Amino acid sequence: MIPRPKDPTMDPITVTTETPRPRPPRTSETAFFWEGVDAGELRIQSCPACAAVQHPPRAACVRCGSLELEHVVSAGAGTVHSHTTHHHPPVPGPLRPFDVVLVELDEGVRMLSNLVGPEPGQVTIGDRVEVRFVEVEPGLTLPLFTPAADVAPGS
Amino acid sequence: MPNLQPSPPGRRATIVGIGATEFSKDSGRSELRLSTEATAAALADAGLAASDVDGAVSFTMDSTPEVELSRSLGFGDLRFFHQTPHGGHGGCGNLLLAKLAIEAGVADTVVCYRGLNERSGQRYGQPDGYVPGTGAESVRMSWLTTFGASVPATFTAVMARRYMHETGTTSEDLGRLSVLSRRHAATNPAAWFFGKPITLEDHQASRLIADPIRLLDCCQETDGAVAIVLTTAERARDLRQRPVSVLAAAQGAGPEQEGLAIYHRADMTDPAESRIVADQLWGATGLTPDDLDVVIAYDHFTPLVLMQLEAFGLAPRGEARHALRDGVFDLDGRLPLNTHGGHLGEGYIHGMNGVAEAVRQLRGSAANQVDGAEVALVTSGGSGPTSGAILAAA
Repeated sequence: MIPRPKDPTMDPITVTTETPRPRPPRTSETAFFWEGVDAGELRIQSCPACAAVQHPPRAACVRCGSLELEHVVSAGAGTVHSHTTHHHPPVPGPLRPFDVVLVELDEGVRMLSNLVGPEPGQVTIGDRVEVRFVEVEPGLTLPLFTPAADVAPGS
Repeated sequence: MPNLQPSPPGRRATIVGIGATEFSKDSGRSELRLSTEATAAALADAGLAASDVDGAVSFTMDSTPEVELSRSLGFGDLRFFHQTPHGGHGGCGNLLLAKLAIEAGVADTVVCYRGLNERSGQRYGQPDGYVPGTGAESVRMSWLTTFGASVPATFTAVMARRYMHETGTTSEDLGRLSVLSRRHAATNPAAWFFGKPITLEDHQASRLIADPIRLLDCCQETDGAVAIVLTTAERARDLRQRPVSVLAAAQGAGPEQEGLAIYHRADMTDPAESRIVADQLWGATGLTPDDLDVVIAYDHFTPLVLMQLEAFGLAPRGEARHALRDGVFDLDGRLPLNTHGGHLGEGYIHGMNGVAEAVRQLRGSAANQVDGAEVALVTSGGSGPTSGAILAAA
Protein backbone atom coordinates (compact mmCIF):
# COMPACT_ATOMS: atom_id res chain seq x y z
CA MET A 1 0.00 0.00 0.00
CA ILE A 2 1.35 3.44 -0.85
CA PRO A 3 1.05 5.56 2.31
CA ARG A 4 -0.80 8.82 1.94
CA PRO A 5 1.27 11.97 2.57
CA LYS A 6 -0.32 14.55 4.79
CA ASP A 7 -0.97 16.93 1.88
CA PRO A 8 -3.33 15.10 -0.48
CA THR A 9 -2.57 17.49 -3.35
CA MET A 10 1.01 16.22 -3.62
CA ASP A 11 2.13 13.07 -5.44
CA PRO A 12 2.20 9.98 -3.23
CA ILE A 13 5.64 8.87 -2.04
CA THR A 14 6.51 5.19 -2.12
CA VAL A 15 8.13 4.03 1.08
CA THR A 16 9.18 0.55 2.01
CA THR A 17 9.94 -1.30 5.19
CA GLU A 18 12.64 -3.93 5.70
CA THR A 19 11.83 -4.38 9.39
CA PRO A 20 9.80 -1.99 11.53
CA ARG A 21 11.49 1.24 12.53
CA PRO A 22 11.99 1.89 16.24
CA ARG A 23 9.38 4.43 17.42
CA PRO A 24 11.06 7.69 18.43
CA PRO A 25 10.57 8.32 22.14
CA ARG A 26 8.41 11.27 23.23
CA THR A 27 10.18 12.77 26.22
CA SER A 28 9.99 16.13 27.91
CA GLU A 29 12.46 17.33 25.27
CA THR A 30 11.14 15.61 22.15
CA ALA A 31 7.36 15.39 22.52
CA PHE A 32 6.71 18.82 20.93
CA PHE A 33 8.59 17.76 17.80
CA TRP A 34 6.69 14.52 17.19
CA GLU A 35 3.37 16.19 18.07
CA GLY A 36 4.28 18.69 15.39
CA VAL A 37 4.93 15.92 12.89
CA ASP A 38 1.50 14.49 13.72
CA ALA A 39 0.05 17.94 12.95
CA GLY A 40 2.05 18.37 9.73
CA GLU A 41 4.53 20.85 11.22
CA LEU A 42 8.31 20.67 11.24
CA ARG A 43 9.11 22.25 14.58
CA ILE A 44 12.49 23.52 15.78
CA GLN A 45 13.23 24.11 19.44
CA SER A 46 13.78 27.80 20.15
CA CYS A 47 14.90 29.98 23.03
CA PRO A 48 12.76 33.07 23.72
CA ALA A 49 15.54 34.57 25.83
CA CYS A 50 18.26 34.67 23.17
CA ALA A 51 16.44 33.70 19.95
CA ALA A 52 18.66 30.67 19.33
CA VAL A 53 17.26 27.64 17.56
CA GLN A 54 18.59 24.16 18.15
CA HIS A 55 18.08 20.64 16.91
CA PRO A 56 17.88 17.91 18.08
CA PRO A 57 15.91 19.23 21.06
CA ARG A 58 17.84 19.64 24.28
CA ALA A 59 17.03 20.13 27.95
CA ALA A 60 18.32 23.71 27.95
CA CYS A 61 19.36 26.39 25.50
CA VAL A 62 22.95 25.44 24.82
CA ARG A 63 23.80 29.02 23.90
CA CYS A 64 22.46 30.93 26.93
CA GLY A 65 21.50 28.24 29.41
CA SER A 66 17.82 29.10 29.67
CA LEU A 67 15.58 26.25 30.72
CA GLU A 68 12.51 27.91 29.19
CA LEU A 69 12.29 26.54 25.67
CA GLU A 70 9.65 26.92 22.99
CA HIS A 71 9.54 26.10 19.29
CA VAL A 72 9.19 27.71 15.90
CA VAL A 73 7.77 26.11 12.79
CA SER A 74 10.23 25.56 9.99
CA ALA A 75 9.36 26.45 6.42
CA GLY A 76 10.54 22.93 5.64
CA ALA A 77 13.16 23.94 3.09
CA GLY A 78 16.82 23.10 3.26
CA THR A 79 20.04 22.05 1.58
CA VAL A 80 21.72 18.65 1.63
CA HIS A 81 24.81 19.06 3.84
CA SER A 82 25.88 15.45 3.56
CA HIS A 83 24.43 12.07 2.71
CA THR A 84 25.01 8.38 2.31
CA THR A 85 23.30 5.52 0.53
CA HIS A 86 22.97 2.59 2.92
CA HIS A 87 23.55 -0.83 1.37
CA HIS A 88 24.35 -3.30 4.14
CA PRO A 89 23.51 -4.76 6.64
CA PRO A 90 19.70 -4.98 6.83
CA VAL A 91 18.45 -2.45 9.36
CA PRO A 92 15.04 -1.40 10.71
CA GLY A 93 13.83 1.05 8.12
CA PRO A 94 13.52 1.08 4.36
CA LEU A 95 14.44 -1.68 1.97
CA ARG A 96 18.00 -1.24 0.78
CA PRO A 97 19.56 0.65 -0.79
CA PHE A 98 18.13 3.85 0.65
CA ASP A 99 19.38 7.42 0.98
CA VAL A 100 20.14 9.01 4.31
CA VAL A 101 20.46 12.79 4.10
CA LEU A 102 21.73 15.34 6.58
CA VAL A 103 19.67 18.41 5.73
CA GLU A 104 20.63 21.90 6.80
CA LEU A 105 17.32 23.69 7.13
CA ASP A 106 17.19 27.33 6.09
CA GLU A 107 16.57 28.19 9.75
CA GLY A 108 20.14 27.07 10.47
CA VAL A 109 19.82 23.65 12.12
CA ARG A 110 20.60 20.25 10.66
CA MET A 111 18.36 17.21 10.67
CA LEU A 112 19.00 13.63 9.60
CA SER A 113 16.29 12.06 7.46
CA ASN A 114 15.71 10.03 4.33
CA LEU A 115 15.49 11.34 0.80
CA VAL A 116 12.49 9.87 -0.96
CA GLY A 117 11.33 10.19 -4.53
CA PRO A 118 14.36 9.67 -6.76
CA GLU A 119 16.18 6.38 -7.17
CA PRO A 120 18.74 6.00 -4.34
CA GLY A 121 22.27 7.19 -4.95
CA GLN A 122 21.62 10.35 -6.92
CA VAL A 123 21.64 12.98 -4.20
CA THR A 124 24.52 15.46 -4.00
CA ILE A 125 25.74 17.89 -1.37
CA GLY A 126 24.10 21.23 -2.09
CA ASP A 127 20.85 19.82 -3.45
CA ARG A 128 17.76 21.72 -2.35
CA VAL A 129 15.13 19.66 -0.57
CA GLU A 130 11.77 20.13 1.10
CA VAL A 131 10.01 18.25 3.85
CA ARG A 132 7.17 15.81 3.28
CA PHE A 133 5.30 14.18 6.12
CA VAL A 134 4.94 10.53 5.24
CA GLU A 135 3.22 7.71 7.09
CA VAL A 136 5.98 5.17 6.67
CA GLU A 137 4.32 2.48 8.75
CA PRO A 138 0.84 2.31 10.30
CA GLY A 139 0.81 4.90 13.05
CA LEU A 140 4.30 6.25 12.30
CA THR A 141 4.60 9.48 10.34
CA LEU A 142 8.07 10.88 9.70
CA PRO A 143 9.46 14.11 8.26
CA LEU A 144 11.16 12.96 5.08
CA PHE A 145 12.63 15.05 2.29
CA THR A 146 12.18 15.27 -1.45
CA PRO A 147 14.14 17.23 -4.05
CA ALA A 148 12.97 20.83 -4.44
CA ALA A 149 13.34 23.29 -7.25
CA ASP A 150 13.91 26.41 -5.18
CA VAL A 151 17.24 28.02 -4.32
CA ALA A 152 18.86 28.60 -0.97
CA PRO A 153 18.13 31.97 0.65
CA GLY A 154 20.90 34.46 -0.05
CA SER A 155 22.32 32.44 -2.92
CA MET B 1 43.95 25.12 29.74
CA PRO B 2 45.08 23.13 32.78
CA ASN B 3 48.56 21.61 32.58
CA LEU B 4 49.16 17.94 33.19
CA GLN B 5 51.50 17.84 36.15
CA PRO B 6 54.91 16.19 35.85
CA SER B 7 55.07 12.64 37.17
CA PRO B 8 56.41 12.34 40.73
CA PRO B 9 59.93 10.89 40.67
CA GLY B 10 59.91 7.12 40.83
CA ARG B 11 56.15 6.86 40.43
CA ARG B 12 55.79 7.56 36.72
CA ALA B 13 53.26 5.10 35.29
CA THR B 14 55.18 2.45 33.38
CA ILE B 15 53.96 -0.41 31.24
CA VAL B 16 55.67 -3.61 32.35
CA GLY B 17 53.53 -6.37 30.85
CA ILE B 18 51.36 -7.04 27.82
CA GLY B 19 49.30 -10.11 27.03
CA ALA B 20 46.82 -11.19 24.41
CA THR B 21 44.80 -14.15 23.24
CA GLU B 22 44.69 -15.20 19.62
CA PHE B 23 42.48 -13.03 17.42
CA SER B 24 39.76 -15.12 15.82
CA LYS B 25 36.22 -15.12 14.50
CA ASP B 26 35.01 -17.66 17.07
CA SER B 27 36.97 -17.96 20.28
CA GLY B 28 34.81 -20.80 21.57
CA ARG B 29 34.96 -19.42 25.08
CA SER B 30 33.55 -16.64 27.24
CA GLU B 31 34.70 -13.04 27.34
CA LEU B 32 35.59 -13.64 30.99
CA ARG B 33 37.89 -16.46 29.92
CA LEU B 34 39.47 -14.33 27.20
CA SER B 35 40.21 -11.48 29.60
CA THR B 36 41.51 -13.94 32.18
CA GLU B 37 43.93 -15.47 29.69
CA ALA B 38 45.17 -12.10 28.43
CA THR B 39 45.63 -10.74 31.94
CA ALA B 40 47.44 -13.87 33.12
CA ALA B 41 49.73 -13.56 30.12
CA ALA B 42 50.41 -9.90 30.82
CA LEU B 43 51.26 -10.61 34.44
CA ALA B 44 53.59 -13.44 33.40
CA ASP B 45 55.17 -11.11 30.84
CA ALA B 46 55.85 -8.65 33.65
CA GLY B 47 57.00 -11.26 36.12
CA LEU B 48 54.27 -10.21 38.54
CA ALA B 49 51.68 -12.21 40.45
CA ALA B 50 47.94 -11.56 40.39
CA SER B 51 48.18 -10.80 44.08
CA ASP B 52 50.39 -7.82 43.22
CA VAL B 53 47.50 -6.14 41.39
CA ASP B 54 45.69 -3.42 43.34
CA GLY B 55 43.99 -1.61 40.47
CA ALA B 56 41.93 -2.73 37.48
CA VAL B 57 40.43 -0.72 34.64
CA SER B 58 38.34 -1.66 31.63
CA PHE B 59 35.62 -0.24 29.35
CA THR B 60 31.98 0.35 30.25
CA MET B 61 31.22 -1.77 27.21
CA ASP B 62 33.15 -4.73 28.58
CA SER B 63 31.08 -7.58 29.97
CA THR B 64 33.64 -8.54 32.64
CA PRO B 65 33.68 -6.23 35.66
CA GLU B 66 37.07 -5.85 37.32
CA VAL B 67 35.90 -7.61 40.48
CA GLU B 68 34.70 -10.53 38.38
CA LEU B 69 38.10 -10.80 36.73
CA SER B 70 39.59 -10.77 40.21
CA ARG B 71 37.29 -13.64 41.24
CA SER B 72 39.01 -15.73 38.58
CA LEU B 73 42.57 -14.47 38.90
CA GLY B 74 42.85 -13.54 42.57
CA PHE B 75 44.01 -9.94 42.49
CA GLY B 76 45.19 -8.35 45.72
CA ASP B 77 43.01 -5.89 47.59
CA LEU B 78 41.74 -3.48 44.96
CA ARG B 79 42.09 0.24 45.68
CA PHE B 80 41.21 1.53 42.24
CA PHE B 81 38.61 0.18 39.83
CA HIS B 82 37.07 2.15 36.98
CA GLN B 83 35.78 1.92 33.43
CA THR B 84 36.09 4.32 30.56
CA PRO B 85 32.98 5.15 28.52
CA HIS B 86 32.21 5.47 24.84
CA GLY B 87 33.42 2.17 23.52
CA GLY B 88 36.69 1.90 21.70
CA HIS B 89 37.38 5.58 22.25
CA GLY B 90 38.18 4.68 25.84
CA GLY B 91 41.39 2.71 25.32
CA CYS B 92 43.90 5.40 26.14
CA GLY B 93 41.42 6.62 28.75
CA ASN B 94 42.30 3.38 30.53
CA LEU B 95 45.97 4.39 30.42
CA LEU B 96 45.01 7.82 31.79
CA LEU B 97 43.14 6.22 34.68
CA ALA B 98 46.02 3.87 35.44
CA LYS B 99 48.49 6.75 35.25
CA LEU B 100 46.43 8.91 37.59
CA ALA B 101 46.06 6.10 40.11
CA ILE B 102 49.72 5.16 40.12
CA GLU B 103 51.17 8.66 40.10
CA ALA B 104 48.80 9.90 42.79
CA GLY B 105 49.73 6.95 44.96
CA VAL B 106 46.27 5.41 44.98
CA ALA B 107 47.45 2.11 43.51
CA ASP B 108 50.81 0.56 42.65
CA THR B 109 49.97 -2.02 39.99
CA VAL B 110 47.05 -1.55 37.62
CA VAL B 111 45.71 -3.92 34.96
CA CYS B 112 43.96 -2.50 31.89
CA TYR B 113 42.02 -5.13 29.93
CA ARG B 114 39.46 -5.63 27.19
CA GLY B 115 37.95 -8.93 26.15
CA LEU B 116 35.22 -9.37 23.60
CA ASN B 117 33.56 -11.94 21.36
CA GLU B 118 32.68 -9.24 18.90
CA ARG B 119 32.37 -11.64 15.97
CA SER B 120 30.82 -14.74 17.47
CA GLY B 121 28.82 -12.78 20.04
CA GLN B 122 27.36 -9.29 19.96
CA ARG B 123 28.53 -7.63 16.74
CA TYR B 124 28.79 -3.86 16.96
CA GLY B 125 28.20 -3.48 13.23
CA GLN B 126 24.69 -4.91 13.51
CA PRO B 127 21.72 -2.79 14.49
CA ASP B 128 20.43 -4.99 17.30
CA GLY B 129 22.59 -3.25 19.89
CA TYR B 130 20.30 -0.21 19.87
CA VAL B 131 17.90 -0.32 22.77
CA PRO B 132 15.00 2.08 22.34
CA GLY B 133 14.24 3.90 25.55
CA THR B 134 13.94 7.29 27.17
CA GLY B 135 17.51 7.61 28.44
CA ALA B 136 19.39 10.52 26.92
CA GLU B 137 21.66 8.30 24.83
CA SER B 138 18.73 6.27 23.47
CA VAL B 139 16.91 9.48 22.62
CA ARG B 140 20.00 10.92 20.94
CA MET B 141 20.28 7.81 18.79
CA SER B 142 16.58 7.86 17.94
CA TRP B 143 17.27 10.90 15.74
CA LEU B 144 19.41 8.52 13.65
CA THR B 145 17.83 5.07 13.94
CA THR B 146 14.34 6.33 13.10
CA PHE B 147 15.68 7.02 9.60
CA GLY B 148 17.53 3.75 9.13
CA ALA B 149 20.91 5.01 10.31
CA SER B 150 21.59 2.31 12.88
CA VAL B 151 25.17 1.10 12.50
CA PRO B 152 28.55 2.80 12.87
CA ALA B 153 29.35 2.54 9.17
CA THR B 154 26.27 4.57 8.25
CA PHE B 155 27.00 7.27 10.82
CA THR B 156 30.59 7.45 9.61
CA ALA B 157 29.62 7.50 5.95
CA VAL B 158 27.81 10.82 6.40
CA MET B 159 30.94 12.24 8.09
CA ALA B 160 33.19 10.81 5.42
CA ARG B 161 31.13 12.17 2.53
CA ARG B 162 31.39 15.69 3.95
CA TYR B 163 35.14 15.31 4.61
CA MET B 164 35.68 14.10 1.05
CA HIS B 165 33.60 16.98 -0.30
CA GLU B 166 35.65 19.52 1.64
CA THR B 167 39.11 18.08 1.03
CA GLY B 168 38.97 16.32 -2.31
CA THR B 169 39.81 12.99 -0.66
CA THR B 170 38.58 10.10 -2.80
CA SER B 171 37.63 6.49 -2.21
CA GLU B 172 40.97 5.50 -3.69
CA ASP B 173 42.70 7.60 -1.05
CA LEU B 174 40.83 5.64 1.59
CA GLY B 175 41.82 2.48 -0.22
CA ARG B 176 45.49 3.34 0.09
CA LEU B 177 45.13 3.29 3.86
CA SER B 178 43.36 -0.04 3.67
CA VAL B 179 46.17 -1.43 1.49
CA LEU B 180 48.82 -0.11 3.91
CA SER B 181 47.07 -1.71 6.87
CA ARG B 182 46.80 -5.08 5.16
CA ARG B 183 50.41 -4.88 4.00
CA HIS B 184 51.56 -4.42 7.58
CA ALA B 185 49.27 -7.20 8.79
CA ALA B 186 50.60 -9.53 6.11
CA THR B 187 53.98 -9.71 7.89
CA ASN B 188 52.55 -9.85 11.44
CA PRO B 189 52.05 -13.48 12.59
CA ALA B 190 49.50 -12.39 15.20
CA ALA B 191 47.31 -10.75 12.57
CA TRP B 192 44.13 -12.37 11.30
CA PHE B 193 45.18 -11.33 7.80
CA PHE B 194 48.78 -12.58 8.16
CA GLY B 195 50.01 -13.43 4.69
CA LYS B 196 47.00 -11.78 3.05
CA PRO B 197 47.77 -8.35 1.65
CA ILE B 198 45.30 -6.64 -0.66
CA THR B 199 45.53 -4.37 -3.70
CA LEU B 200 43.81 -1.10 -4.35
CA GLU B 201 41.67 -2.95 -6.89
CA ASP B 202 40.55 -5.33 -4.13
CA HIS B 203 39.49 -2.34 -2.06
CA GLN B 204 37.58 -0.71 -4.90
CA ALA B 205 35.80 -3.97 -5.63
CA SER B 206 34.81 -4.63 -2.02
CA ARG B 207 31.12 -4.36 -1.27
CA LEU B 208 29.54 -1.02 -0.40
CA ILE B 209 28.34 -0.84 3.19
CA ALA B 210 27.17 2.77 3.25
CA ASP B 211 28.56 4.87 0.46
CA PRO B 212 31.48 5.83 0.53
CA ILE B 213 32.35 3.22 3.18
CA ARG B 214 33.26 -0.13 1.63
CA LEU B 215 33.84 -3.38 3.48
CA LEU B 216 37.61 -2.90 3.25
CA ASP B 217 37.30 0.55 4.84
CA CYS B 218 35.97 -1.06 8.01
CA CYS B 219 37.69 -2.53 11.04
CA GLN B 220 37.37 -6.26 11.52
CA GLU B 221 35.11 -8.04 13.89
CA THR B 222 37.17 -10.05 16.35
CA ASP B 223 36.99 -12.43 19.28
CA GLY B 224 39.92 -11.87 21.62
CA ALA B 225 41.41 -10.02 24.56
CA VAL B 226 44.37 -7.82 25.39
CA ALA B 227 45.70 -6.80 28.80
CA ILE B 228 48.29 -4.21 29.83
CA VAL B 229 49.97 -4.09 33.26
CA LEU B 230 51.34 -0.85 34.65
CA THR B 231 53.30 -0.09 37.78
CA THR B 232 55.68 2.56 39.10
CA ALA B 233 58.92 3.39 37.28
CA GLU B 234 60.85 2.38 40.36
CA ARG B 235 59.30 -1.09 40.50
CA ALA B 236 59.55 -1.46 36.72
CA ARG B 237 63.35 -1.37 36.90
CA ASP B 238 63.34 -4.76 38.68
CA LEU B 239 60.93 -6.54 36.33
CA ARG B 240 61.37 -8.68 33.23
CA GLN B 241 60.85 -6.43 30.22
CA ARG B 242 62.24 -3.13 28.97
CA PRO B 243 59.94 -0.58 30.64
CA VAL B 244 57.70 1.70 28.60
CA SER B 245 56.67 5.01 30.17
CA VAL B 246 53.27 6.56 29.76
CA LEU B 247 54.61 10.09 29.26
CA ALA B 248 51.12 11.51 28.89
CA ALA B 249 47.54 10.38 28.41
CA ALA B 250 44.50 12.50 27.79
CA GLN B 251 40.80 12.49 26.94
CA GLY B 252 38.93 14.84 24.68
CA ALA B 253 35.34 15.75 23.85
CA GLY B 254 34.33 18.91 22.01
CA PRO B 255 31.21 20.86 21.12
CA GLU B 256 28.21 18.90 19.85
CA GLN B 257 30.05 15.70 20.68
CA GLU B 258 28.46 12.47 19.55
CA GLY B 259 29.90 9.10 18.70
CA LEU B 260 30.65 8.86 14.97
CA ALA B 261 27.61 11.01 14.10
CA ILE B 262 28.90 14.51 14.68
CA TYR B 263 26.25 16.23 12.63
CA HIS B 264 25.56 19.39 14.61
CA ARG B 265 29.00 20.90 14.98
CA ALA B 266 29.22 24.03 12.81
CA ASP B 267 32.10 22.42 10.91
CA MET B 268 31.16 18.77 11.21
CA THR B 269 34.53 17.50 10.08
CA ASP B 270 36.45 19.64 12.56
CA PRO B 271 38.15 16.97 14.70
CA ALA B 272 37.86 19.00 17.89
CA GLU B 273 37.93 15.99 20.20
CA SER B 274 41.24 14.79 18.72
CA ARG B 275 42.67 18.29 18.89
CA ILE B 276 41.78 18.55 22.55
CA VAL B 277 43.71 15.32 23.15
CA ALA B 278 46.62 16.40 20.95
CA ASP B 279 47.02 19.77 22.68
CA GLN B 280 47.26 18.06 26.04
CA LEU B 281 49.75 15.43 24.85
CA TRP B 282 52.08 17.90 23.15
CA GLY B 283 51.72 20.36 26.03
CA ALA B 284 52.48 17.80 28.71
CA THR B 285 55.48 16.26 26.99
CA GLY B 286 56.96 19.21 25.12
CA LEU B 287 57.17 16.90 22.10
CA THR B 288 56.11 17.62 18.54
CA PRO B 289 55.10 15.36 15.66
CA ASP B 290 58.74 15.34 14.53
CA ASP B 291 59.67 13.49 17.73
CA LEU B 292 57.45 10.52 16.97
CA ASP B 293 58.94 7.28 15.69
CA VAL B 294 55.70 5.37 15.24
CA VAL B 295 52.00 6.20 15.36
CA ILE B 296 49.13 3.88 16.17
CA ALA B 297 45.96 5.62 14.99
CA TYR B 298 42.64 3.99 15.82
CA ASP B 299 41.25 2.64 12.58
CA HIS B 300 37.54 2.06 13.03
CA PHE B 301 37.06 3.38 9.51
CA THR B 302 39.68 4.61 7.05
CA PRO B 303 38.41 8.19 6.60
CA LEU B 304 38.46 8.77 10.35
CA VAL B 305 42.15 7.79 10.42
CA LEU B 306 42.99 10.51 7.91
CA MET B 307 41.10 13.03 10.02
CA GLN B 308 42.97 11.99 13.18
CA LEU B 309 46.36 12.20 11.49
CA GLU B 310 45.55 15.76 10.53
CA ALA B 311 44.20 16.63 13.98
CA PHE B 312 47.48 15.53 15.56
CA GLY B 313 49.48 17.64 13.13
CA LEU B 314 50.96 14.68 11.26
CA ALA B 315 49.66 16.14 8.00
CA PRO B 316 48.09 19.50 7.14
CA ARG B 317 44.29 19.65 7.45
CA GLY B 318 42.71 18.01 4.46
CA GLU B 319 45.99 16.62 3.14
CA ALA B 320 46.62 13.35 4.97
CA ARG B 321 45.94 11.56 1.70
CA HIS B 322 49.03 13.20 0.14
CA ALA B 323 51.32 12.01 2.94
CA LEU B 324 49.80 8.56 2.63
CA ARG B 325 50.37 8.47 -1.11
CA ASP B 326 53.94 9.75 -0.63
CA GLY B 327 54.77 6.80 1.63
CA VAL B 328 55.19 8.80 4.83
CA PHE B 329 53.31 6.13 6.82
CA ASP B 330 54.95 3.05 5.31
CA LEU B 331 57.21 0.82 7.39
CA ASP B 332 60.23 2.44 5.75
CA GLY B 333 58.62 5.87 5.75
CA ARG B 334 59.15 8.91 7.90
CA LEU B 335 56.40 7.89 10.39
CA PRO B 336 55.27 4.27 10.24
CA LEU B 337 51.57 3.91 10.96
CA ASN B 338 49.72 0.94 12.44
CA THR B 339 52.71 -1.32 12.10
CA HIS B 340 50.67 -4.30 13.34
CA GLY B 341 48.08 -3.82 10.64
CA GLY B 342 45.62 -2.01 12.87
CA HIS B 343 42.02 -2.97 13.39
CA LEU B 344 41.70 -3.50 9.66
CA GLY B 345 44.54 -5.99 9.51
CA GLU B 346 45.44 -7.46 12.90
CA GLY B 347 42.24 -7.63 14.94
CA TYR B 348 39.72 -5.41 16.66
CA ILE B 349 40.16 -5.30 20.42
CA HIS B 350 38.85 -1.77 20.78
CA GLY B 351 42.27 -0.21 20.42
CA MET B 352 44.01 -2.23 23.13
CA ASN B 353 45.90 -4.32 20.58
CA GLY B 354 47.20 -1.01 19.21
CA VAL B 355 48.49 -0.06 22.67
CA ALA B 356 50.22 -3.45 22.85
CA GLU B 357 51.84 -2.88 19.44
CA ALA B 358 53.18 0.51 20.57
CA VAL B 359 54.69 -1.21 23.61
CA ARG B 360 56.33 -3.88 21.45
CA GLN B 361 57.75 -1.23 19.12
CA LEU B 362 59.27 0.61 22.08
CA ARG B 363 60.66 -2.65 23.50
CA GLY B 364 62.15 -3.58 20.15
CA SER B 365 60.08 -6.77 19.87
CA ALA B 366 57.50 -5.96 17.19
CA ALA B 367 56.99 -8.15 14.15
CA ASN B 368 57.43 -5.12 11.88
CA GLN B 369 60.01 -3.41 14.05
CA VAL B 370 60.85 0.22 13.37
CA ASP B 371 64.58 0.64 13.98
CA GLY B 372 65.34 2.60 17.13
CA ALA B 373 61.71 3.39 17.99
CA GLU B 374 61.74 5.47 21.18
CA VAL B 375 58.49 7.47 21.12
CA ALA B 376 55.01 6.35 20.04
CA LEU B 377 51.68 8.15 19.74
CA VAL B 378 48.56 6.05 20.29
CA THR B 379 45.10 7.40 19.53
CA SER B 380 41.80 5.89 20.55
CA GLY B 381 39.81 7.17 17.64
CA GLY B 382 38.36 10.27 16.17
CA SER B 383 34.81 11.45 15.85
CA GLY B 384 33.77 10.45 19.34
CA PRO B 385 34.60 11.25 22.98
CA THR B 386 38.15 10.03 22.68
CA SER B 387 41.59 9.64 24.24
CA GLY B 388 45.23 9.29 23.33
CA ALA B 389 48.64 8.71 24.84
CA ILE B 390 52.33 9.21 24.19
CA LEU B 391 54.50 6.29 25.24
CA ALA B 392 58.28 6.20 25.34
CA ALA B 393 60.99 3.66 25.92
CA ALA B 394 62.08 4.24 29.49
